[in-house]
Amino acid sequence: MTNLGLDVLFKGSNFLRLLGGLWVAVRISLVSVAISIALGIPAGILMTSKKKGIRVIFRIYLEIVRIMPQMVLLFIVYFGTTRVFGWDLSAEASAIIVFVFWGCAEMGDLVRGALISIPKIQYESAAALGMDQMTSFRYVILPQTIRRLIPLSINLITRMIKTTSLVMMIGIVEVLKVGQQIIEANRKASPNAAFGVFAVVLLMYFLICWPVSRLAVYLEKRWA
Amino acid sequence: MGNEVLRIEHLHKEFEGNVILEDISLTVRKGEVIVVIGPSGCGKSTLLRCVNALEDIQGGKILLDDEPVDPSSKAISRMRQKIGMVFQSYDLFPHKTILQNVTLAPEKVQKRKKAEAEREALELLERVNLADRGNDYPRQLSGGQKQRVAIVRALCMHPDILLLDEITAALDPEMVHEVLEVVVSLARSGSTMLIVTHEMGFAKAVADRVIFLDEGRIVEESSAPRDFFAMPGTERARAFLKTFDYE
Amino acid sequence: MEKEVILQYLPLYREALLLTLRIGWQGVFLAFLFGLACALIRHRRVPVLRHVVTVYIEFFRNTPLLVQLFFLYFALPKIGIRMTPEVCGSLGLGLLGGAYMAETFRSGLESVAPIQEESALSLGMTPLQAFWHVILPQAFTASVTGIVANVIFLLKETSVFSVISLMDLMFTAKDLIGMYAKTLECLTLLVVFYLIMLLPVSLLGSYLERRLRYAEYGK
Repeated sequence: MTNLGLDVLFKGSNFLRLLGGLWVAVRISLVSVAISIALGIPAGILMTSKKKGIRVIFRIYLEIVRIMPQMVLLFIVYFGTTRVFGWDLSAEASAIIVFVFWGCAEMGDLVRGALISIPKIQYESAAALGMDQMTSFRYVILPQTIRRLIPLSINLITRMIKTTSLVMMIGIVEVLKVGQQIIEANRKASPNAAFGVFAVVLLMYFLICWPVSRLAVYLEKRWA
Repeated sequence: MGNEVLRIEHLHKEFEGNVILEDISLTVRKGEVIVVIGPSGCGKSTLLRCVNALEDIQGGKILLDDEPVDPSSKAISRMRQKIGMVFQSYDLFPHKTILQNVTLAPEKVQKRKKAEAEREALELLERVNLADRGNDYPRQLSGGQKQRVAIVRALCMHPDILLLDEITAALDPEMVHEVLEVVVSLARSGSTMLIVTHEMGFAKAVADRVIFLDEGRIVEESSAPRDFFAMPGTERARAFLKTFDYE
Repeated sequence: MEKEVILQYLPLYREALLLTLRIGWQGVFLAFLFGLACALIRHRRVPVLRHVVTVYIEFFRNTPLLVQLFFLYFALPKIGIRMTPEVCGSLGLGLLGGAYMAETFRSGLESVAPIQEESALSLGMTPLQAFWHVILPQAFTASVTGIVANVIFLLKETSVFSVISLMDLMFTAKDLIGMYAKTLECLTLLVVFYLIMLLPVSLLGSYLERRLRYAEYGK
């Protein structure tokens, strides 16, 4: 046990502190996901707009998000805007802004994909049964869109959780940072703490993300 | 028995506990055209797939030119070169042009020269009126045209026997004729064929022998197709043929 | 923005870009290798190994690269496995990417109808010939969109390399901001250099996609 540095985890409140750090990461991602979904749905509907200008703007937005690493966006918002505009933005607020900027684009694209994937014949056969536009949207199109959307949005949640690990780079004390602090504090008593702590952090992320991914796979199969 | 190409002896095939084919014995001689008919699920397609070793068998023997056809043997690729097969639909290679579809196996399997393989491919495509489509991709062809290419692709390997597995079943009705015409002309020029089909008029016209298969067994076999279609010998064949009438 | 500052920083960023690109592409190469091997093992249902592969894929897909790198670089030496930062970066990226590539390749292989293999076999091809001439090209075409997305994803993920003390673009930017506080210049250069790194890949990717898909799907 000592050799693998697992002992530190049981010392004092170390394990609880790690869990606390994990909660910081999860909290940031949950808040970001919630806002992303709320903004992403209208964004996705706009992406299918018939107006070319709107589509081009969203296309550029999406390409920026696709090409720029989230890390770079975090730096721009956290270091860039605070220094350039002189406002005081907390690291956590910066993180949420960046993840929403990213998540909203991704979510929008998912919504767009789900909307255009409904075959035209579905609209036509609803119309042929005498449904008006609202009725067919409510009973035919919407349920199919949601079924395609939910598994994909769940995947977005796991991606979001994994990406929040980046926030330690702008100084937020989340699980990795807590881990580093624990290792620092026990450098003498338990020189191998790095192994135990980082193994546990890795496992913690897995235990959160894996069940969520499995759920997405399950729903995708069930609703396919 | 001289010049026999294919001999099937007491073939037995099971899949997950269900008997698909039972005690099938059949001989195909050079130049003969055998048509296998029967209701859906009677095992006729499985029979063809067994002959080409795409299915393993649980009993009996399949001999091609006196050599066993065995899915697990090392020689199976060599054996399959002698057996041409055309499937129900969509088996052209979508990433290759029509010409490449035909020449791929002659070049890679038989190691023939590219120029020579292409020359023969074009000659064969000419015979099915598709010589001008050599550089197109399968998606640009109609279903009937694709099936004609699939026949040419099999022919270009110079097989000893051609297996046709319901090759018109997935086609629009107006395309059936152009494909079957090709098969009829092959039959006249002496090709050896084992054909599974649902086109009774075609079966009558092309068959030297008809085999009626039901529930995995040969129920009736006739060397006089015209008589068979006019007056089948068994009640089951009669009932089956009746399903094609609307009178 | 000060022009001199930018000119002064330019060589540092160039160095960082070269390092990032080198490790990034090594990682992508490894990802292809691991991914193809895993996809084949799962597709061919190799006993035992395919379960190992499944565990590997699930584990690496469900944990962040940052934490994986911490483990590889800081934890493994405690049990005697030591790597240079560069090896660690390439390997970490390769392991992560392999898990993603494996899934992409597998869905590509699955999208090829079984009849394609059967008709290749019925023309007398050996299973290997059928795989090489008929199945693989179609599987590759089917998965090219995913492959390009994975490559871009992996090259973006290089942005965490600074945690294992590699002097990549992020490291350079953070370092320079910390020392001289020329924030605007540093961040502009950072964005420009990431664009230089990723834009060509993105454009080349969509070109490749169009070219490859022409045969099967037309324009």
